[in-house]
Amino acid sequence: MKREDDFAERRKNIASLSDEELYRRFWELTGQVVDPLLELGKKNTTPSIERSILLRMGISSLDAKPIVEGCIDRGLMGKGAGHVVFKLARAKNISLGEAGTMLAEGKGWDEAEALFPQQKGVAK
Amino acid sequence: MSENKTLIPDVKIDVESILKDLDKYRPKRRGWTWRTPAPGLSMGPFAYRDASTPLKHDVSLPSAKYFDSIDPQPQPVITTEIASGRFEDDIRRMRMAAWHGADHIMVIRTAGQSHMDGLIEGTPQGIGGVPITRKQVRAQRKALDMIEEEVGRPINYHSYVSGVAGPEVAVMFAEEGINGAHQDPQYNVLYRNINMVRSFVDACESKKVMAWADIAQIDGAHNANATAREAWKVMPELIVQHAINSLFSEKVGILPGNICLSTVPPTAPPAPCVYMDLPYAVALRELCDRYRMRAQMNTKYMEASAREATVTHVLNMLVSKLTRADIQSTITPDEGRNVPWHIYNMEACDTAKQTLIGLDGLMDMVELKEEGPLREKARELRERACLFMEEIVECGGYFKAVEEGFFVDSGFYPERNGDGIARKVDAGVAFGSVFQRDEDYFAPVTAHYGYNNVAQYDADAAGDPARLIGGCTLEDPDKIVFIDELDEVDNVNVRMEETKKYRQGDFLRPEMEWMADGTVMVNMFLPVNRRVAEVAALEFARQMNLQEPEVINREIMQEAEGTRIELKGKLAFDLDISKLVIPPEPHVLSEEEIREEIAKYPMKVVCGTVGQDEHSVGLREIIDIKHGGIERFGIEVHYLGTSVPLEKLVDAAVELKADVILASTIISHDDIHYKNMKRIHELAVEKGIRDRVIIAAGGTQVIPENAVKQGIDGGFGRNSHGIDVATFLVEKRREKRGGK
Repeated sequence: MKREDDFAERRKNIASLSDEELYRRFWELTGQVVDPLLELGKKNTTPSIERSILLRMGISSLDAKPIVEGCIDRGLMGKGAGHVVFKLARAKNISLGEAGTMLAEGKGWDEAEALFPQQKGVAK
Repeated sequence: MSENKTLIPDVKIDVESILKDLDKYRPKRRGWTWRTPAPGLSMGPFAYRDASTPLKHDVSLPSAKYFDSIDPQPQPVITTEIASGRFEDDIRRMRMAAWHGADHIMVIRTAGQSHMDGLIEGTPQGIGGVPITRKQVRAQRKALDMIEEEVGRPINYHSYVSGVAGPEVAVMFAEEGINGAHQDPQYNVLYRNINMVRSFVDACESKKVMAWADIAQIDGAHNANATAREAWKVMPELIVQHAINSLFSEKVGILPGNICLSTVPPTAPPAPCVYMDLPYAVALRELCDRYRMRAQMNTKYMEASAREATVTHVLNMLVSKLTRADIQSTITPDEGRNVPWHIYNMEACDTAKQTLIGLDGLMDMVELKEEGPLREKARELRERACLFMEEIVECGGYFKAVEEGFFVDSGFYPERNGDGIARKVDAGVAFGSVFQRDEDYFAPVTAHYGYNNVAQYDADAAGDPARLIGGCTLEDPDKIVFIDELDEVDNVNVRMEETKKYRQGDFLRPEMEWMADGTVMVNMFLPVNRRVAEVAALEFARQMNLQEPEVINREIMQEAEGTRIELKGKLAFDLDISKLVIPPEPHVLSEEEIREEIAKYPMKVVCGTVGQDEHSVGLREIIDIKHGGIERFGIEVHYLGTSVPLEKLVDAAVELKADVILASTIISHDDIHYKNMKRIHELAVEKGIRDRVIIAAGGTQVIPENAVKQGIDGGFGRNSHGIDVATFLVEKRREKRGGK
């Protein structure tokens, strides 16, 4: 879009604001811009977020990648990749590391999937 | 080399030992550190108003030698960017920079890392930066842990949390004790074309992790400066970008005191830059008063002249001083030519230190006007920024605004030139990789942002999800999986092996970036026009045996009279240091010590140029107070002139009860200078004063060892100075007194 500098016209409704009022208005508007973005973050996840969770669970970056890919393939991202490892480890009574390695090697996925019977999320 | 954890100032840092046992290394602390203000600091003859606690070890400014080599440190944290592509060589540069006053070391990532889906492991070589990996980060943090002990001030280590692996990088940084990081989803969107939904969702997690680790955040707004054609026109937008990232970060949980705005004075001379940049700096600091200012230097108009860049950077720091800078970042003055060289990192740090200390106390004497163009322009910028934010809301929010090309438009908002960077919400790198969390979504870790159904396992663990796994890596670092190397060829061990003889042996080669890279710079003036000069310079370089010569700067002195050329090239041969003959360095006492000694034990000298010799300049240099001669230490000097007969010199010593006879003897044919020395010694013996008088002689042809063989006490050759003679006299007299 091309537009001439119409600052003189546009400023009319803020020209009379004091510096403090202008400050408050600016930050109020900024809040309106960022709030929906923060909401998105609360409700969604991404491969990188899930890999970062696996890292924090003591799973190597090399294993985290195929685990998250497996979760995407099986529609398990909405459950959380860490959750999948956690639940599999509990069900099989093995360590998180062992469960992670299994999944990274492509094993145990049917079992993992069966642990999450509820409806699964989809990519946006 | 220094094997253990304590560095020794005159011993090189042992990079090999740093790389050992990295799997077991734990950073000694977390979080960002500011400098400690030292109001009223007194150093040498000066008092400082805005300085901070001095270092234990430093390299002071060159002219500090006139003031006991004091090295006052300004209050802002000083940043330097070190990322040559070989992190192992950067470690040495980091130590040098710390000694020069840097306490914020920023590592730029290798080209393309922001598009890599996941962490890189190992230590591959980088291009235009360093591949940021756990091993590389841990090694550098370990080195900095040692270096900060050595200089006596915490060093903040910094890199980037952006791209499509932001959250993972943030976790790795939190685990490894990284202290600062760039994080700004707008940067991903605008400059890396990463899908915007993905960028903002990732950013929530990244920032949450950074908040946990007390990592200071720097935003990416300044890039709009560097991208827009007329950089100063994007000022309203810059304020908007800063505000969006800052408030977004604060709402995720980063403390305002750790949110730093990366702000650059947008213009440079020949623009009247301070007049243009100052209102912007004021407007930004007023609107974003809750947050910290990371003042960056202008690169937009940077050319190959290091001098020009330095002057621009000094003007940038004047703006910092007139307003506020919590972090003063530096740009190396060679950035317009190449990936920065060692020496220019040091120049940049010195420029910052020199300027900020030179401006110490300025605001106690000067204040910004409350009326006039500064206030008017600052208000206008705030209004324009406010209108910009208003239009983002009106058009439907941030994503819509980006789709409509609001950002990096070269128009002075609300003017629009239609050349902004537009991105689609349903496109870009990693589009389609955002997944809605289900009701039973769960993540058993600390510092996770957003919805987390912990209660399905333990209602009491909602505040501490990691409890369900007995703590995550953030509580228990032993759970971190350290990966060493994945590539057998592209790794630090191979590179270190190739340069081993320079690291451990006696071999030496010049370097600018990497161990033994052989790079040198040559300056020349060629009295021809620019085109001829460029071609001729390369030919001269080839004949100097420089390989891969390249002109890196040319400046016209006058179009016909000549051109200044700076060129670089590589030397392809080594020097064996063990074969060098290195004479011992002349030893001198401090001026203070000499003065104290002379005050306690006054000293009287008779001197003159002896024989048929009319030379007077040399001796005057040695004695005259205005040439820095021995008089300035309080030594009483009786100068008898030139062509002084030897007997007269010795008689004067007897008469004046002198402690010292100094003879200058320049003419040297038939060894007359040495014969004169011998005769002075003999005369002193004959007159019975030899025991109590010190005899020394000097001249351009005098070799000290030969002078002493004539029976006198000391000889001084070419390049001797008053301090050398004074040191000798004081020490010789101590010896005569029996070491007291």
